[in-house]
Amino acid sequence: MKQPEDTRVVVGMSGGVDSSVTALLLKQQGYDVVGIFMKNWDDTDENGVCTATEDYDDVVRVCNQLDIPYYAVNFEKEYWDKVFTYFLDEYQAGRTPNPDVMCNKEIKFKAFLEHALTLGADYVATGHYAQVRRDTDRVEMLRGEDDNKDQTYFLNQLSEDVLRKVMFPLGHLPKEEVRQLAYDHDLATANKKDSTGICFIGERNFKEFLSEYLPAQPGKMMTLSGEVKGDHDGLMYYTIGQRQGLGIGGPGGPWFVVGKNVQDNILYVGEGYHNDALYSDGLLATEINWINETPLEPFTCTAKFRYRQKDSVVTVYPQSDMTAKVVFEQPERAVTPGQAVVFYQDEVCLGGGTIDEIMKNNQYLDYVG
Amino acid sequence: MEAIYLDHAATTPMHPKVIEAMTTVMQDTFGNPSSIHGFGRQARKLLDQARRVAAQSINANEKAITFTSGGTEADNLALLGVAYANQDKGKHIITTKMEHHATLHTAEHLEKQGFSVTYLDVDDAGHIQLDQFDEALTDQTILVSVMMVNNETGVIQPVEEIGERLANHQAYFHSDAVQGFGMIPIDVEQMQIDLLTVSSHKINGPKGIGFLYAGTEVILDPRQHGGEQERKRRPGTENVAGIVGFQQAIELVNEHRYENYETYANYRKQFLNTLEDEGVDFTVNGDLQKTVPTIVNISFPGANVEAMLTNFDLSGVAASSGSACTAGSVEPSHVLCAMFGEDHPSTTNSIRFSFGLANTDENVTKAAQKVAAIIHRLTSM
Repeated sequence: MKQPEDTRVVVGMSGGVDSSVTALLLKQQGYDVVGIFMKNWDDTDENGVCTATEDYDDVVRVCNQLDIPYYAVNFEKEYWDKVFTYFLDEYQAGRTPNPDVMCNKEIKFKAFLEHALTLGADYVATGHYAQVRRDTDRVEMLRGEDDNKDQTYFLNQLSEDVLRKVMFPLGHLPKEEVRQLAYDHDLATANKKDSTGICFIGERNFKEFLSEYLPAQPGKMMTLSGEVKGDHDGLMYYTIGQRQGLGIGGPGGPWFVVGKNVQDNILYVGEGYHNDALYSDGLLATEINWINETPLEPFTCTAKFRYRQKDSVVTVYPQSDMTAKVVFEQPERAVTPGQAVVFYQDEVCLGGGTIDEIMKNNQYLDYVG
Repeated sequence: MEAIYLDHAATTPMHPKVIEAMTTVMQDTFGNPSSIHGFGRQARKLLDQARRVAAQSINANEKAITFTSGGTEADNLALLGVAYANQDKGKHIITTKMEHHATLHTAEHLEKQGFSVTYLDVDDAGHIQLDQFDEALTDQTILVSVMMVNNETGVIQPVEEIGERLANHQAYFHSDAVQGFGMIPIDVEQMQIDLLTVSSHKINGPKGIGFLYAGTEVILDPRQHGGEQERKRRPGTENVAGIVGFQQAIELVNEHRYENYETYANYRKQFLNTLEDEGVDFTVNGDLQKTVPTIVNISFPGANVEAMLTNFDLSGVAASSGSACTAGSVEPSHVLCAMFGEDHPSTTNSIRFSFGLANTDENVTKAAQKVAAIIHRLTSM
C-alpha cells in the first residue's frame, strides 16, 4: 500500500462546499491532492456571464487556500452526447430521465476518471455522500452515513472496477459537519448555497428550459376511462404522480397524473392521492448494473424507486441481458418509467437499473407510458 | 522538484538589475513628477531619462512616447484614440485575424460604434498576404494595425512592407510590437510606423507598465481625462518606479539583443532536437524560418491540450496554449483557427513553448525530456 504522500488523488471540484471539504480532508490526510473543475455545460448568457466562471473562481480560491494545484477540463461534448441527448430522448419518449445517474456513469466516473488517470491519479474523489468499503479483493459501495444525504441512488451504475479507484471522503459525515468543517477552515465556499435541481438547468424554470430544446405538443388530458378533463401543455412537462399544474377545477379532486399515451399525445389523470391507477406491484428494470457479482437466482433485498425514498422490500428475478423483474412486497405509488431502481442489501448498494415497465398483477401497465 | 519555465511569451521574470533600479526609486524618490519642488523634480528627472531611453530604443522623438499601464492599454489607446479622432476622414480600419485580443476586441468594439473593420486572413504558415492588404486598403481607411510578431506562433509579420505601402496614405499605421521588441531591431522612422505598442513585463521588466509610441503628428483622442501628464494623451500620476524598471529592462534587452537572440535560438533548437531524439511525433505551427527564437508552437498529434498542460505542470514544466482555458471553456486559439480552420486537429493539440531568462541549456533539455515522456504516455493510452 502506497503512503498517502505518494498517492495522487484527483478531486472533482464543482466550486461547492462538499467538494471543497473533500479536498480539505484529503489534504489533511496527507495525500497528493489535485483539484479539477469539470465544465460540462455552457450557460453563457447574452451578457457573457457564465456560472461556470464563478464556480471555477471558487475552485481556484479554495485550492489556493489548501495549497493544491488546480486545473479545468472540458467535457461539454461528452456531456452533450452522453447525458443531454439521453435526457432529451427520454423526455421525448414520455419518460422521466435521471441525468445525474447518467452524468455519474458517463462523465464523472468515466471521462473524468480517464482524464485523472492520464494525470497519474491513483484515485479520484468526489463530494458524494456514499462510502467505499475495501476488503482484500472486494470493493463495495455503502450508503452515506447521513441517510438524508445518501447519494448511492445516483451512483448505482458504478462498477466494482471503477470503485477501486474512487474515494468518497464525505461518506461518513453528516452534512452539517461538512458545512462546519468548511467554516472552521474558513474555506471560500463555506457560505455557498447548495445547488439544487438539475445542474444544467440550475435555477431556471424547467418548463421554459425544456421548451427550448423540444417542441411542446399540447393535447388532451383525460381519465383512463376516456373522460376529457382539459388540455395539457405537452407530455414532457408532466411526471407520474404529479399534482401541480394540471388546472382541473370543479368538485372532487385533487387530480394527479397517472399515465401518458405518447402515441396519441394523451395525459392520463386520476382523482385522489391514493388513486388505484397510481399503484403497482412490480416493474421491469433494464440496463442493470450489478456492482459486485451478477445474481443468477431470484433474491430478496430492498430497493428505492426514487431519490430519498425509504427502502421497500422487493424480490428480484434476474433475467437475461441485464434486465430483471422486480416484485414489490407492498404496492408502491407512482413508480415512474425512466427513473432508476436501486437495490440494497442492508448498507450495501448492489447496483441498479432503469425502470422500463410498470406492472400490476403480472401485467404491464401500458397506460403509465 | 524545481519547475522549469517555458512560458516567457506570457510573462518573464524580472531581471535583478530591474529590481535593483526599482528598489532604489521606491526608497529614494517618492515625489510626484508634476510637483514644482525638489522632490518632484527628482522624480521628473527619472521620468525624462526613461522616456529618452524608450524613445531611442525605437529611434523616436521623446515626445512621442506615452507611458501606459501596459500593452493592452497602449493598443486600446492606439485604436480607439485614432479611430475616434479621425473618423471624419473615414471609418475603415484594417487589422488581422491573429492580433492579440487587446487589438481584436477593441476592433470589434469599434465595429459596434459604426466603424468597419477588415480582418486580414492568415495562411497556414502564419503570415498575412500583402495582396489581400492591398485590396482591403481604401481611401476611407484611417488605421491599419498589424502586429510585429505573433504571440502564439512567433511568426514575424511584414511590417516594413505595410509601412511602405502606407507612406503616402492617410491611414495611420499601428504595430503591436509586444513580442518583437528586444528581438527585432525597431526603427519607427525607417519602418514608417506611426504608432507602436511595447510592454515591459515581456522583456524582464515589471508588470503594469508599457508605452505607446504615437508620432507627435498623430491625432489621438485620449481615453482618459485628468491632468497634464503624458501630454494629456494619458493623464494620471506616473508610475515612476515602474517606468524606471521598464527603462532598465529596455536598456538590458537592447544591450544584449544579439547574444540573447543566439542563446534563445539555441534553446529552441535544443528543445526541438531533444523531442526528435526522443522520438516524439510533432509538427511546428508557423514558418519556423520566419519566427523570433523565443517562441515555438508545436502540434502533438493524438494528444489534447488540457491533458498535456495539466501533465506538464504536474511534472514541473510550465507552458501554455493560445487558448485561455481558464474555466474549462474550450476556446481554441483564434490564431491557430485563422491559420488552419476551426476543425483542424492542430487547434486542440498545440502547445506554445517560449524561452528566456529563466532557461539554461540543462533545464531546456530536461523540460524537453519530460515533455517527450508525457507525450509518449498520453498518445499510447
